[in-house]
Amino acid sequence: MERVYGTMADIKMPQLGESVTEGTLSKWLKQPGDAVDKYEPLAEVITDKVTAEIPADVSGYMEKIMVSEGATVSVGTVLCRIREIDNTENSVLKSASLSDAEDKSIPNGAHPNGAQVVARTTSQLGGETASSPRYSPAVLRSAQDHGIDLREVSGSGEGGRITRKDVLRRIEARKVSANTDTTGGIPETLLSTPVFPSGNVQLASEEIQLQTEAERHEQVSSPALEDVKIVFPTPLRRIIAKRMVESKHTAPHAWTMVEVDVTGLVSLRTQIKQDFKRKEGIDLTYLPFFIKAVTDALKAYPMLNSAWVEDKIHMYQRINISVAVATDDALAVPVIHDADRLSIVGIAHALNELVAQAHSGRLSVHDVAGGTFTVNNTGAFGSVLSAPILNGGQAAILSVEKIVKRPVVIQESIAIRSMVNLSLSLDHRLLDGWIVGQFLQAVKERVESFREGLLIY
Amino acid sequence: MAIKQYIDAIRDALFEEMKRDERVFVLGEDVGVRGGVFRATTGLYEAFGEDRALDFPLTESAIVGISIGAAAAGMIPVAEIQFADFILPAVNQIISEAAKIRYRSNNEWSSPIVIRAPYGGGIHGGLYHSQSVEALFTHVPGLKVVTPSTPYDAKGMLKAAIRDPDPVLFFEHKKLYRLLKEEIPEEDYVVPLGKAAIRVEGEDITVLSYGYALHLVLEAAQQLAQEGISSHILDLRTLRPLDDDAILEAVKKTGKILIVHEDNKFHGIGAEVSALIAEQAFFDLDAPIARLAGPEIPAMPFSPVLEREYQLTVDKVAQAMRALARF
Amino acid sequence: MNEIPRHKTLELSDLQVTEMYRYMVLARMVDERMWLLNRSGKTHFVISCQGQEGAQAGAGLALQAGIDFVFPYYRDLCLMLMLGHTAKDELLSVFGRAEEPNSGGRQMPGHYGDRKLRIFTGSSPVGTQIPHAVGAALAAKMRGESYVSFVSFGEGTSNQGDFHEAANFAGVRKLPVVFFCENNQYAISIPARRELACENVADRAVGYGFEGITVDGTDPLAVYEAVKHAVDKAKAGKGPTLVEAKMYRLVPHSSDDDDRTYRSREEVEAARQKDSLLHMKSYLTEVGLWDAVKEESLRKSLMAEINDATTYAEQAMNPDPKTLSRYVYAEAGEQ
Repeated sequence: MERVYGTMADIKMPQLGESVTEGTLSKWLKQPGDAVDKYEPLAEVITDKVTAEIPADVSGYMEKIMVSEGATVSVGTVLCRIREIDNTENSVLKSASLSDAEDKSIPNGAHPNGAQVVARTTSQLGGETASSPRYSPAVLRSAQDHGIDLREVSGSGEGGRITRKDVLRRIEARKVSANTDTTGGIPETLLSTPVFPSGNVQLASEEIQLQTEAERHEQVSSPALEDVKIVFPTPLRRIIAKRMVESKHTAPHAWTMVEVDVTGLVSLRTQIKQDFKRKEGIDLTYLPFFIKAVTDALKAYPMLNSAWVEDKIHMYQRINISVAVATDDALAVPVIHDADRLSIVGIAHALNELVAQAHSGRLSVHDVAGGTFTVNNTGAFGSVLSAPILNGGQAAILSVEKIVKRPVVIQESIAIRSMVNLSLSLDHRLLDGWIVGQFLQAVKERVESFREGLLIY
Repeated sequence: MAIKQYIDAIRDALFEEMKRDERVFVLGEDVGVRGGVFRATTGLYEAFGEDRALDFPLTESAIVGISIGAAAAGMIPVAEIQFADFILPAVNQIISEAAKIRYRSNNEWSSPIVIRAPYGGGIHGGLYHSQSVEALFTHVPGLKVVTPSTPYDAKGMLKAAIRDPDPVLFFEHKKLYRLLKEEIPEEDYVVPLGKAAIRVEGEDITVLSYGYALHLVLEAAQQLAQEGISSHILDLRTLRPLDDDAILEAVKKTGKILIVHEDNKFHGIGAEVSALIAEQAFFDLDAPIARLAGPEIPAMPFSPVLEREYQLTVDKVAQAMRALARF
Repeated sequence: MNEIPRHKTLELSDLQVTEMYRYMVLARMVDERMWLLNRSGKTHFVISCQGQEGAQAGAGLALQAGIDFVFPYYRDLCLMLMLGHTAKDELLSVFGRAEEPNSGGRQMPGHYGDRKLRIFTGSSPVGTQIPHAVGAALAAKMRGESYVSFVSFGEGTSNQGDFHEAANFAGVRKLPVVFFCENNQYAISIPARRELACENVADRAVGYGFEGITVDGTDPLAVYEAVKHAVDKAKAGKGPTLVEAKMYRLVPHSSDDDDRTYRSREEVEAARQKDSLLHMKSYLTEVGLWDAVKEESLRKSLMAEINDATTYAEQAMNPDPKTLSRYVYAEAGEQ
């Protein structure tokens, strides 16, 4: 067998004992040119824990000493080099080169396989497909606290997810432009909140009369007046604005939401709507079902049917449901009185009448007075998520969002179900998450109990 | 100020406390003449004599049990369990006795003992010289569990532990012993138990860690900084009691949370920290809470290849941090 | 008889031996009362000392209450009374009342502890107190204090690792500790011959380099002599001793045990004939210190004391539920 001369073997400072990271070379026992047998001591080394001799891994000749006596070097430092005499490849070298290769294979730079990782993790919060955006709790809370419409925020997160930072940036940006925008950037959906709690319209408009032209200018002044077209709102719009600010400032709003499976309700309505139209002469919408579920739940949780009035809680003994109706120039919030005594059909008729009167401007003072709880049909505008502002004199407001078909996990499989979000704002002075959660659960259970074949009279 | 290794910090704390209070003594296997297998007690035998640097037979249960009895009679024992892996024979004395003595005697008796134990892997120690056992004890009311990650903290927290009126398990990551050097003040100081420390302030992600893993996080954060990702890093330092306020503050900072520890994930420290955050900071979360921890296998194997596969590395940590930042 | 009475040769006064007997009878009667309360459904748990009173009285007499550190086990009712607990303390403990001195109602009966008497708090896993005792002995030696550390346990517990680990260390360091094994022949249902291969528990001492003594545990004076020897030796710096007192557990392991499932009535009845109370009474009668009148008046006065204690304990306050979470750790301002 032919001998191979010349392969070099590096002898490194070994780790002599647990936790030892360095050692001091106290004495060389071999000098360059000396013959070295495998396992023959090459040098003496002192560490915190032991004094030891370093043996050669291979046979050969001492080629070069790389650390002088007395030097302290860390574990793994090459101490000397031995020119090897052997007939096979050196195992030390082999393992050394292998570990080098390993080191190189570990990515040190930025974003290894970035695209792949994105693809894998998008599903975690449900992804960001156009049809069903999902928001993190932090995003929802800051959006709600600052009246941000998340549809207007572009997402910088994975798959276009809106991150908390995106919302914070939006809030900052709005602060900068606040003086040019009297509505404070509150999006329309958030304004779809009821006003007219008890009809003191006259007083409000008198207050408006007192404002001077100068004050109005003050409010809309600041940058580049020539780039702004000034519109003087109608008295009604100003009242709405005033009520909104009042409610938002006096009642600490908290917000919560439940998802409800309305597949049964959808098929029930599909089943009966033609017959209903023929018999009753009006269209059957989803709203009466939700109002029915709400009145049932209010009976079980009367604390939701109340108001915080000067450090007292007024528990309303009647259940009068305010319903927000959007008209061309404003919002009307007529009231279905004693809604709990009506059947679904009864609620449908009452609603139909009130909506018609609202559109024709014929609502009486009585029609808009005495509401105890508001149901807000934001789904009509296509909204899937809203954070309504409380109607003055009420403890809670519920938004019924748009019914959408979504993949839903049922046990271990995925089904396509008709889903709706029910968003609820509450006055945190008198309501807490616990009671509200139970109330929403009751609404959800009631709504989910609607299914084909059910009687609605 | 003097530059000290972690192991020096431990030794200095013991020396200074033994000098300050003659009730303090160390006991354990090889802690006397030999000065400890990690050299943590070197010099104590020479300075304070064989009684106060007490060499002990190989009986972990008695090391702790005798510490409890000596403490009942007025001493302040600092017991060394040579490797945290070997603490298990003493678990009855730690959990049935030390943890419950104050409670069961209605505050008449107490157990002011410190149990030091080197833990953690990465030093070719195989299954029984590498384990992280902290989570076994953090479940137990009556115990305090600390895991300092820097020389400064090691000294200050060991002093605090010795002066603490209740039993403290003081876990020292053995890989840190000679890895770190730091300037430490000459004068007496303590680092209070139960307080976490912000190591780096940042904006994009929050990483909670402790022990050796914390240093991987710090290194990974430097890499990420070059990529434009800013990390907020909290060193938990004490695992029982947890510093709830500091954790929740750190969560609020970014809303994106990663918890990193060498101990395995299931029912680990990360599980409790995650639950705390979910209970008390839900509305501050901007991403699912992420955990990076050791694998669900009994312990770290001896083969360097398997050991390496087990261990956390800067790259593994950096990847987890990047994924969270991207979310 | 013109011989010098045995207690005099042990340098015990007449009063000391009659007092010792008084404590034995008190312990027995308190123990019987605890069973009565349990069987009438008023209390939840009894763990008994019956059969072991003599051994405990002998050992207790050799100790200095409040000076020596004592690490008792759950059968040491008579020893507790010797060291300073009262019938009232024990009955409060059986009812788990707030003012019971061991734990304020936190622990089961029989889990003794009293700091002012240097009685360390005990637990239920057996043998854990043995290293504690050795730790206190270590402290005595380190600080140059002259107390001894006394620890008791059953023969079943002498199989626990904690016994062997602690005995070994005490032997190595020649610490002032007295290991007192109350060999009552049963570890719940397992008889000694099936848990120990050696004849006596005391035989184990030689393996740890110190003296082991086996005495008749139904003879209080013999036990006193052995424990006194061990205490004196410890105080003289000559290291530990293992004293084994052999006797018989006259009642089931606890109120939740039925000993008819594992031992015959004949065996128990035979043991009753060698009860330490009988032994001590006949000795005192023999030396002219006792008679039927004294016996009757003693039992009458003790019964009155126990009745008062029972009434008191029954009416005493329970712990305040609001204290449930206190003293897990030192509270603010405490060290």
